[in-house]
Amino acid sequence: MTVLEAVREAIHEEMARDERVFVMGEDIGARGGVFLATEGLMDSFGEERVIDTPLAESSIAGIGLGAALNGMRPIAEIEFADFIWPTVNQIVGEAARVRYGTNGRMCAPMVLRAPYGGGVRGGLYHSQSVEAFFAHTPGLKVVTPATPYDAKGLLKSAVRDDDPVVFLEHKRTYRLVRGEVPQAEYTLPIGRADVKRSGSDVSVVTYGLMVHHCLEAAEELAREGVEAEVVDLRTVRPIDRCTVVDSAKKTGKIVVVHEDTKAGGIGAEVASIVSEEAFEYLDGPVVRVAGPEVPPMPYSPPLEEMFMLDAPKIAEAVRRLARY
Amino acid sequence: MRIELPQVGESVTEGVIGRWLKSVGDSVEKYDPLVEVVTDKVNMEMPSPVSGVLTLILADEGDTVPMGSAIAEIEVDGEEPPAEPAEEDIDTTGVLLKDTAPVGPTGSGGPIAAPVEEAPSKRRRYSPAVQRLADEHGVVLSQVEGTGMGGRVTRADVQALIDGSRDAVRAAPECDEERLPLTPVRRMIAENMVVSSTQIPQAWSMMEVDLTGLVRRRNEIRDDFERRTGVRLTYLPFILKAVAEGLRENPLVNSSWAGDSILLKRRINIGVAVAAPDGLVVPVVHDADRLSVAGLAEALDGLTGRARRGGLAIEDVQGGTFTVNNTGALGSVLSRPLVNPPQAAILATESIVKRPVVIDDAIAIRSMMNLALTFDHRVLDGSEASAFVSAVKRLLESIGPDTPVY
Repeated sequence: MTVLEAVREAIHEEMARDERVFVMGEDIGARGGVFLATEGLMDSFGEERVIDTPLAESSIAGIGLGAALNGMRPIAEIEFADFIWPTVNQIVGEAARVRYGTNGRMCAPMVLRAPYGGGVRGGLYHSQSVEAFFAHTPGLKVVTPATPYDAKGLLKSAVRDDDPVVFLEHKRTYRLVRGEVPQAEYTLPIGRADVKRSGSDVSVVTYGLMVHHCLEAAEELAREGVEAEVVDLRTVRPIDRCTVVDSAKKTGKIVVVHEDTKAGGIGAEVASIVSEEAFEYLDGPVVRVAGPEVPPMPYSPPLEEMFMLDAPKIAEAVRRLARY
Repeated sequence: MRIELPQVGESVTEGVIGRWLKSVGDSVEKYDPLVEVVTDKVNMEMPSPVSGVLTLILADEGDTVPMGSAIAEIEVDGEEPPAEPAEEDIDTTGVLLKDTAPVGPTGSGGPIAAPVEEAPSKRRRYSPAVQRLADEHGVVLSQVEGTGMGGRVTRADVQALIDGSRDAVRAAPECDEERLPLTPVRRMIAENMVVSSTQIPQAWSMMEVDLTGLVRRRNEIRDDFERRTGVRLTYLPFILKAVAEGLRENPLVNSSWAGDSILLKRRINIGVAVAAPDGLVVPVVHDADRLSVAGLAEALDGLTGRARRGGLAIEDVQGGTFTVNNTGALGSVLSRPLVNPPQAAILATESIVKRPVVIDDAIAIRSMMNLALTFDHRVLDGSEASAFVSAVKRLLESIGPDTPVY
């Protein structure tokens, strides 16, 4: 099963399970979504629960929030994460504060799905990583799965969560990544990282598409005698401090890898957690491997390749730290 | 006034604080020696830049301090005790950005992966993990052999020792060995020699030189020379003279490999290896090609004297373009020195020995010396190297009763 199929299946199952669940977004109904993530849902659940919206992200988020406050379980889709900015007021300014602002009397159980990330020749408006902006906001959960199994299990949990969840799907993983998904019903806990590969020499902490590049780099390094442990955060807010710190204590050397640009990113947060909670176990500097400080993903293919990380770039950083 | 460790020369980045020559409370005149500073290259006494009273010492003896950092405070005569630093007049309203050049990446951005710098030596830098493990198991870190970058002791090194999978010295070293801490000079030599032997492909060539004429000429004038100049005349200035001329004739030998090019040096600055109390130093005779034999003798006398007293200035050891290693002074007749990076060659001048030699099918007793050149084969091939040694040989063998000295 692909990541895309896992997302579709999760939505389908949740809509069948709970009639309060509905989906809304641009082109998601008759068209089935720009990536076909919602294909077939209109046939199964009808126009009442599969709503094609106008091209207005602020209202997609605002209507979703209103519905959530009134007892519904909306799954609102932003067609590309690049266009998520008009929702910031609704999501960061309102949804994230509902529980706090009402002293726990109300909650906003909404999911805001958005495909993000580059490596797809999407250029300046179809490639950005937006997770760090939302991960900064208390009151939100930000999920960034890498595999079909994780995507399905986490999306189902997101739908059932009583608080707003920004669910970011790396669009390059949609059809590129295949994996096994159990027949039986399951969910995965939000906020729990997953050690995708065990190793003793260096911990590589990452999420999203980069999980796969890191695993590839780890295999390459294993042939050189360097055993890298690959920790998939899966959720970038809240970060699973325990798993990160345990891995840091185990290897003493940490590389954080993300496609998003470096300054103020998830890597900075992981590095701080590690130095706060595992300082005495560190045997080398915490290293970040991240996108360059360039405002958007470049359109030119060679420049996009330069921007994007890959297994050799990651392996080189890990190799250097292992030698340290 | 805050006293900072001054920048004493290019490529010198830190110094070790030696003895403080003044104590807190002492009054200090401007230019009074304040503290001894040991750098990678020379030892020196740092003079006080002002007159006043030494009020605070910020760097203890033995501390390694980067150039430019504060090491003491002096209350300057006639000056109020230092007030809080005046607030800088900063225009917080900002400026309109125009005619400004981009400054490149800002913030903590920069390269995709910040490189883990390969610092020259990390032997005595311990990571938190290493210190914790060592504390928990009573391991004396100075006695652990480091296998990390720059000799750093890694967590794995300590763990291996604790597990007993590696023999290393544990706490309470009762063994037949003694560990000497490295002096900055020793460390510098070690690093240079590793660079030399691992990064420079070196070839070697040796020729015999008949110095009978030189020996006669020198013996003939040495007493007169010493009376006139106060300097003892050795063979070395004659040899340096010939080397300088040989370098002028063969400029490629006086050069450096520069990765994508070869850097010819216009000046001929010959370093002369001298055994000093701390270890080898290589003071440099600058513009050796412009000096007479007498001039070279005086320059050498000054440099070697200062070297043995540990009184070399930073200028004395910088800028060398070629090195002469006078191993003959040590009794050697044959040696193969390592090129002194980034120079392209080094010449060993061996002992002068009387030997039977065949001249015109007759056996004669002549004063012979071996000249051995080690050279960077990236820069020079055998033909250029031999041309240079041949030139030196020719120049040395042509020394006779008429060879000018002054």
